[in-house]
Amino acid sequence: MADSATLDAAPIAAARPESRDDRALHRKVFIGIAVLLVLAPLVLYPVYLMKVLCFGLFALAFNLLLGYGGLLSFGHAAYFGMASYISAYGAKTLGFTPEVAILAGTVTAAILGLIFGALAIRRQGIYFSMITLALAQMAFFFSLQAKFTGGEDGIQAVPRGDLFGVISLADDRVMYALVAVVFFGGLLLIYRIIHSPFGQVLKAIRDNENRAVSLGYRVNQYKLAVFVLSATLAGLAGATKAIVFQLASLTDVHWSMSGEVVLMTLVGGMGTVFGPIVGALVIVTMETYLAQFGAWVTIIQGCVFVLCVLLFREGIVGLVARLIRKPL
Amino acid sequence: MIGRFPLAKLAGALLVSAAMIGGAAAQTAVKIGVLGDRSGAYSDISGEGSVVAARLALEDFKPADKGLKVELISADHQNKPDVGAALARQWFDRDGVDMITDVVTSSVALAVNQVAKEKNKVFVDTGAGTADLTGPQCTPNTIHWVYDTVALANGTGGAMVKRGGNTWYFITADYAFGQALQRDTTNVINKSGGKVIGAVKTPFPNSDFSSSLLQAQSSGAKVIGLANAGTDTINAVKQAGEFGITEGGQALAGLLIFVSDVHSLGTKVAQGLVLTEPFYWDLNDATRAFSDRFSKQMNGKKPTANHAGVYSAVLHYLKAVAEKKSATDGAAIVAQMKAMPTDDPLFGKGTVRIDGRKMHDMYLFEVKKPAESTGPWDLYKKLETIPANEVFRALNEGGCPLVKG
Amino acid sequence: MTTIFGVPTQALFGQLLLGLINGSFYAILSLGLAIIFGLLNIINFAHGALYMMGAFVAWMLLTYVGLGYWWALGLAPLVVGVFGVVLERVLIARLYKLDHLYGLLLTFGIALIIQGLFRNQYGVSGLPYAIPAELSGGQRLPFMFLPNYRGWVVVASLTVCLATWLVIEKTKLGAYLRAATENPTLVQAFGVNVPLFLTLTYGFGVALAGFAGVLAAPIYSVNPNMGADIIIVVFAVVVIGGMGSIIGSVITGFALGLVEGLTKVFYPEASATVIFVIMVLVLLVKPAGLFGRTA
Repeated sequence: MADSATLDAAPIAAARPESRDDRALHRKVFIGIAVLLVLAPLVLYPVYLMKVLCFGLFALAFNLLLGYGGLLSFGHAAYFGMASYISAYGAKTLGFTPEVAILAGTVTAAILGLIFGALAIRRQGIYFSMITLALAQMAFFFSLQAKFTGGEDGIQAVPRGDLFGVISLADDRVMYALVAVVFFGGLLLIYRIIHSPFGQVLKAIRDNENRAVSLGYRVNQYKLAVFVLSATLAGLAGATKAIVFQLASLTDVHWSMSGEVVLMTLVGGMGTVFGPIVGALVIVTMETYLAQFGAWVTIIQGCVFVLCVLLFREGIVGLVARLIRKPL
Repeated sequence: MIGRFPLAKLAGALLVSAAMIGGAAAQTAVKIGVLGDRSGAYSDISGEGSVVAARLALEDFKPADKGLKVELISADHQNKPDVGAALARQWFDRDGVDMITDVVTSSVALAVNQVAKEKNKVFVDTGAGTADLTGPQCTPNTIHWVYDTVALANGTGGAMVKRGGNTWYFITADYAFGQALQRDTTNVINKSGGKVIGAVKTPFPNSDFSSSLLQAQSSGAKVIGLANAGTDTINAVKQAGEFGITEGGQALAGLLIFVSDVHSLGTKVAQGLVLTEPFYWDLNDATRAFSDRFSKQMNGKKPTANHAGVYSAVLHYLKAVAEKKSATDGAAIVAQMKAMPTDDPLFGKGTVRIDGRKMHDMYLFEVKKPAESTGPWDLYKKLETIPANEVFRALNEGGCPLVKG
Repeated sequence: MTTIFGVPTQALFGQLLLGLINGSFYAILSLGLAIIFGLLNIINFAHGALYMMGAFVAWMLLTYVGLGYWWALGLAPLVVGVFGVVLERVLIARLYKLDHLYGLLLTFGIALIIQGLFRNQYGVSGLPYAIPAELSGGQRLPFMFLPNYRGWVVVASLTVCLATWLVIEKTKLGAYLRAATENPTLVQAFGVNVPLFLTLTYGFGVALAGFAGVLAAPIYSVNPNMGADIIIVVFAVVVIGGMGSIIGSVITGFALGLVEGLTKVFYPEASATVIFVIMVLVLLVKPAGLFGRTA
């Protein structure tokens, strides 16, 4: 019944086959992002920027699943958080260099994504979401019980270490460079996935699963693949965040983190390529600059939710895309 | 929005240079950050009250007379260590904060502890319980002001056994702080000749304790130790009343409970509960005077031990800065704070130990019966004063690397 | 003494009874959620906040007006219900026919606002609310001490759930309601004012949450976060029962209370997680939940 009710217009606009025009526009946007990445630390505080980038990548990964796979996961904190634990544990206790630690975290997320995904994709709509939520709650319970995670104190004082054993990441600017590269790489990869034949099939499944089946596509394999990709990239974001902030904690595996990434994607514009980045920017900025208002923060956030849902369902970038009549 | 930042920076630079010109006229600029829980489970212990307490400390210190120019800022760490660490980093790096105080919640305190050391600033924690701050994780930049889990265990655990409560059953929050409370209290009980006959772990947060209480009841232990905090403790005490635990002759011991929690329960439910605190608003004339000023700004709420700690810590910190005439070198300020004896109207005379432990007496309180209580905040009667050197962990037992030999 | 896996059977009975009592709260809350979902297609994340509001209204009635528990039991759900009607008219009604996601996000936002406002006003430590004199004390059963109030909670919950079920299954009003769930367009065509119906249903659903809040006030801490902790579990209950299945939500509510009670005996740390394990298992075996119809 209601499962067939559609999400708003933005994803459909973005799904249209692209003209050469759009590609040129996207190239410009990419160049713009690259320039901003280089210039931003000259003006803004690098730690804040790194937080935006880590969450931006997390939201991009989530949007790959929701906006292009049509699968709403309520449990993405599991991949983000578990990767951040493994990465922190690797760097602190096992003495991994940062790139190995991040890789270890990412691989963990991929494996977790494969197991959880294989279970979750058997169901659709709200039931899919609920299975992902339940599995993520189990990951949370594991994190709470396991010895190596340090309970609610988390793994603290994680060394940033030396990249490839050579370049020290202790300086925020060096760390920022690494995060910017990881982020940009992730963005390019996601863009490639969306615009590959694989991505086209995904969109076809999202828009009409039955038709895709009748066309002979093995729908479940596609769904699982995009699920694993999304979990892996979410893990990459979480593993990087652990190195940046030098700690991994229960916050990252808690269900409210899963909710936060939904919010970021929604505010930015789900099903748009660049929307999640804007969403992450808005939410992280709100959290950073509203921190002094104390108890009002949740009220303001609540109002943003309500306004977003009532007025900007296609999100900020979705709105822009509609105004300029081009997919973004 | 991006366009606004350079402007803000410019304004900031102007302000800084203005301050420097002022500095020529012997004004030392100091910035204090009150980092607390302003929206979550501990916002009544910390929150706006901590900011009010810090402001009162400034009023009493009169910085301008002593050549200081003090600015206060505050933020909400949401009880999340990553948020707390990020805010601390930003304050130290970008906003020129010299000292952070409050920081309720152990996990956040441990994270801020690391950042303060890395940036060589001052961190005076008043709200967190973890004894690791003056143990394995102690730093030359951190002072732990009000209480810790070991002190609470010594206070409540030791006193209860002495009063005949020699068999214990724990209801423990399945979190690191709950387990630390249980472990520390168990040590004290064993040492004083008591015995722990059982324990049950509950998920945290949890609202229904009836099942755990039932197990505690049937265990026959004389004391039920509540190794949890905040709303969990409130729920546990409320439901213990319902199940007739105290009427059945068992005593409840709150191992981490504040006056705001007891106020929320009311004397009808909480009567007879035994607990340890270093401060109570109704201790003497000085604490009553402070509490009156505090509650005028806080809708009639009385200060908690954490609020009193913020007041006392800010006062002592500013004395040290005035002495050094500069706030930039955090370790030097902390060394100065350790060198000077502490003295303030709320905690009386005391010292700061080499491991960063602030030493003062603590008190064993019992919650009054409704008939004895004259108002909603008339909650405790003092059973005992526990001297500082008995209640806090001995210097050589903490494993702090700053303590030699 | 007889034991099962090392636990005395008597203690086990006690724990099961306590589980049933907790299940009473799950049942009323999930019943409200299920009705709202069934008819409005809205996953009402604000349910926990409205449950909290019910408890607070009870406290306000006592403190500001001097009306005690029994008055609150009738009035608080009414206040919460009226508030729900306003919410539905002003905000939620704009979202019908959209994906579930939007309703969920909107009500999540509403929950944040309500909780934030109460937190600003009353702090987080909570407010005292006493058990009514008529129900204080308890019964000494052979296997445990049962507080009278807990017994009352089970009776009240069962009565309300049964009454709701009877109204939905046996009355004309209920028939309209069920029909509107199936096919709103058709029902509208028969001259039933469907929008009004939706509004009243939402009001009734959240009034149930308010009722649960009043029931909870004397035994749980009355604080602004009390609903945030329980809402995820109640969601799980509704999903396990089958989204929109009225009877399913009630039975599952009580049953999961029992399961949780058992878990508290054998592995108490996991008692908050066991519901999710069950949810995964149920959904993998029965895609639409225990009592749901497969679409």
